[in-house]
Amino acid sequence: MSPEKNNDDDAAPGGALKEAESRLHYAVRELSQASWVITLLSVLVALVVGALLILATNPQVQGTLGYFFAQPGDFFLTSFEVIRDAYSALFRGAVYDWQAATPERSIRPITETLVNAVPLILAGLGIAIGFRSGMLNIGGQGQIILGATCAAFIGYAFQLPVGAHLLLALVGGALGGAIWGGIAGVLKAKTGANEVIVTIMLNNIALYLIAWLLRQQWFVQTGSNQPIAAPVDESARLFGILGTGFRLHAGIFLAIAATVFVWWLLERSTLGFEFRAIGENPEAARTAGVNVPKATALVLIIGGALCGLGGAAHLLGTEYRLAAGIAGTLGFDAITVALLGRSKPLGTFLAGVLFGGLRAGGVLMQAQTGTPIDIVLVLQSVIVLLIAAPPLVRAIFFLPHPDGSSRSSRRRRLREQQAAETASQPAPRQEVTK
Amino acid sequence: MSEQPTQEPGAVAVKAEPRQEVDTRLQPIKWKFPITYVLLGLLSLGVFALLSPTGSVTQFRLATASDIVTLPAVNVPSFATALVLSVLQLGLAALAIFAAARRIRLGIWHPMLFGLLFVLAFLVYAGAGRGAFIPVVTLLAGALMLSVPLIFGAMCGLVGERSGIINIAIEGQLLAGAFLAAVAASFFTSAYVGLLAAPFAGAAVGGLLVWFAVKYHVNQIIVGVVLNVLVIGLTSFLYSTVLTQNAEMWNARQQLPRLPIPGLSQIPILGPVLFNQTILVYLMYVIVFALHILVFKSRWGLRMRAVGEHPKAADTVGINVPRTRVFNTVLAGGIAGLGGAYFTVGQGLAFGQEMSAGQGFIALAAMILGRWNPKGALLAALLFGFSTSVGQVLSTIGTPVPSEMLLMLPYVITIFAVAGFVGRVRPPAAEGVPYIK
Repeated sequence: MSPEKNNDDDAAPGGALKEAESRLHYAVRELSQASWVITLLSVLVALVVGALLILATNPQVQGTLGYFFAQPGDFFLTSFEVIRDAYSALFRGAVYDWQAATPERSIRPITETLVNAVPLILAGLGIAIGFRSGMLNIGGQGQIILGATCAAFIGYAFQLPVGAHLLLALVGGALGGAIWGGIAGVLKAKTGANEVIVTIMLNNIALYLIAWLLRQQWFVQTGSNQPIAAPVDESARLFGILGTGFRLHAGIFLAIAATVFVWWLLERSTLGFEFRAIGENPEAARTAGVNVPKATALVLIIGGALCGLGGAAHLLGTEYRLAAGIAGTLGFDAITVALLGRSKPLGTFLAGVLFGGLRAGGVLMQAQTGTPIDIVLVLQSVIVLLIAAPPLVRAIFFLPHPDGSSRSSRRRRLREQQAAETASQPAPRQEVTK
Repeated sequence: MSEQPTQEPGAVAVKAEPRQEVDTRLQPIKWKFPITYVLLGLLSLGVFALLSPTGSVTQFRLATASDIVTLPAVNVPSFATALVLSVLQLGLAALAIFAAARRIRLGIWHPMLFGLLFVLAFLVYAGAGRGAFIPVVTLLAGALMLSVPLIFGAMCGLVGERSGIINIAIEGQLLAGAFLAAVAASFFTSAYVGLLAAPFAGAAVGGLLVWFAVKYHVNQIIVGVVLNVLVIGLTSFLYSTVLTQNAEMWNARQQLPRLPIPGLSQIPILGPVLFNQTILVYLMYVIVFALHILVFKSRWGLRMRAVGEHPKAADTVGINVPRTRVFNTVLAGGIAGLGGAYFTVGQGLAFGQEMSAGQGFIALAAMILGRWNPKGALLAALLFGFSTSVGQVLSTIGTPVPSEMLLMLPYVITIFAVAGFVGRVRPPAAEGVPYIK
C-alpha cells in the first residue's frame, strides 16, 4: 500500500545496454528515470495548467479574444503579460521581492515561506512515517487540531517559567496528536479496523470537539461568548528569531530537528526498520519476529505526535489564539507534502518548503493581480497526481520508457506475445483487448 | 459489454447473497448485543426518565401549517412517558437476552423498535418542560433533506468499491456536481438543465480516479484524496473569478420545483416528508431501489461483484476487468454528481465554496456501516441524517445535551462499526488492488 510501490513497475530492470543505442538516448533515458526530473516536469505541467486557468478566467484576455482574428498579437501579448504578472508575483511573494522598498522587505517573503512551511513539514513527516509503514493516515487534520488545542490550553491556562512553559506546551501538543493518532493505531492493531476510515472519522469528531470546547467558559477563559480562546502567554510562544518585522519563529528549528529525527528513526533505528518491514510485507515481518500490532500502533502514535507538534507549532508560533478553523487545510496539505516528498524525510522537508512558498506567494499574487489563492490548491494537486504516475509524465513529454525500448517496439512485442498466446490456446474463448 | 454464452451457467449457479456464509457449527453465544441493550435501556431509565422533571410536559407537533390533514399537537407528561418507554426498552433487552440464550435469531424489527423507543425517550427528555414544541415533521423532513447527498454519495461509493475501486473522492464528486449544476442551471435559467449536467461533473472526477487507478496503478486512496483537493481548488478558483464577476449569468439561484404526489403526499406526518419532494429525491428512491435489485440479481451486478472480489477469476471467465471497473466507477461518479446537485438546484441555493462540507466522507462512512449493501447504506445514511437533524432542532430549542455531541454521533458509531463491534465488516476482497494481468 505504500506509495513507493507505485514506482515499482517503472524501476529499471537493469538489463544490459544495447550497443546500438546512442549516448544521447542513454542520457535521456537516465534522466527520465530520475525522480527529480519527474518532479520538475510535474511542477512544470502544473504551472502550465495554472496558467491556462488564469488565462481562461481573466477578463482582459477575454476582451482581446473578441477581436482575435483582427489582431491576434494583442491576445498573445496580453496573455503573456497576465501570466508573467501572476507568476512573478507568486515568486516575489515566496522567495525574493525585488520591488520592495527596503532590503528587509525584500527578503521577508522567504521567511514567510518558512513560516508556512513549519507546520506543513512537521505534519508531513507524521504522514510520511505512516506511508513508509504501509499505513494511510488521513487523520492529519484531526491530529493537528488536537495538538493545537492541547498546546493552546497549556499555553494560557498554566503559569510557568519561560523555558518550561514552552516545552510543556509543545509536549502537550505532541501528546494530543499522539492520542488522536493512537486511537486509530490501537484500533487497527487490536481489531484490524481500517485506519483510513477511522482517521477520517476522527477528523470530524475533532472538529465538533473543538467547536464544543470553544463554547465552554472553563476552556476559553476569555469571559466572552466568542468561540475563540484566550491568547497564549508570552512564555509559551515560539520566539521570533529575526526580530521585529519578521514572523519567522523558532519552530523552523523544531522542523529541522524533526526531519533529522525521522531520518534517524526510519533509516538507523531498530524501530524504524520494523516500521518499514511491516510496510513492505507484514507477513514477512511477523515471521521475522516483529511484533506487528505493537509496531502498527506505534506508527500512528508517533505520526500523530508529529502532526500534533505541527499543530502546536502553528498555534504557538503564528496564531497564538485557538479558533475553530485553526487547522485550515493543513491536514490535507500535509498529505500532499508527504506524497511529493516521496515519504522521505529530506524530500518531505523540501516539499513542505515548496508548498509553504506557494501559499506565501499565493497571498501576494491574490493581492496584486487578483488571482485567487485557490489556484495554489490546483497546482498542488496536479503536481502530486503527476508525481504518482511517472508514465503519464513521460508520455506528456515523449520521454522513452525506462526499459529502453521505444513505444512502437513495445507495441510490436506485445502484439507478437499476444499472437503466440492465442496460437497456444486450443479454443480462443476470451477477447484479448489488452 | 459483449456476452459469452459459456458464462451463463455460472451466473445462474451463483445465487444472490453469496456474502452470507452458512456455518453449521454451534457458535458461542454472543452476549455483546443483549448487554448493549440493557445498558442503553438503563441509560434511558436513569437519565431520560428519572431526570425528567415530574409534572412537566413535552409537546410534540405532528404537522406543519401547510398540511392538508392537520393533526393536533400532542402533549405528554414527560416523566411518565419516558418511564414507560424505558421499561419497554428493558423489556426488549430481556427478550434479546432470552433469544440469545436460546440461540433464536431476532429479526431486524428488534433493533429498529429498540432504536425508535430510545430516540422517543430521548426526545421526551430533551423537550421536557421547555415550553417549546418538538416539531416532528420538521425533524423528519430535515433528516431526509440531510440524508439525500449522503445516500447518493453512499450509492456511488458502493458501486465503485463493489468493482474494486476505493473511492475517497466522493466529496469531490459531490462538490463538482453541485458546481456544474449551479452553473448550468444559471446559464440556461432552468434547474432541470442543472440536474442533467451534474452527473457529468461527478463522472468526470470518477473518470480521472479510475484512469489513474487502472492505467497507472496509482494508490486509489491517494488519488481520491488529491482529487478532492483538486476539485476544491478548481471550484473555489472559478467561484472567485468567473462566478463572482458575473453572478447573474453564472451563479443565479435556480430551484427544482416540488412535485407532490397526489394522494400519497396527504398521508399524515410521513406524506409531506416523503412524497412532497423534488424530482431529485424521487430519482434517489429509484436509484436505491434499482441498485438493491441490480447489485445482487443482475448480470451487471454479478460481474461487478466478481471484479471486486476476485478479478483473476472474473478475467478467467472472460469478464474484462479494467473495462468493468472504468464503466462502473464513471457511472458511480454520475450518481454522486446527482447527489451534488442537491446542494444547489435541489435546495435553490447558489454555489458556495466548499459547500459539500465533508458530506462525502460521511457518505463513505454510511456505505461502510451499511456493509457495502444498498439497503444498509440507505439506513445508515438516514441514521446520520436523522442524528444531525435532531442535533439541529434541539440546538434551536435548547437542550441539556450539547448539539456537538449529537453531531459527533455518526462518526463515533462508524468507528465502533469498523472496529468490529457491530458484526464483522468485510470490504470487497480486491478493493484497492490494481489488477495487473
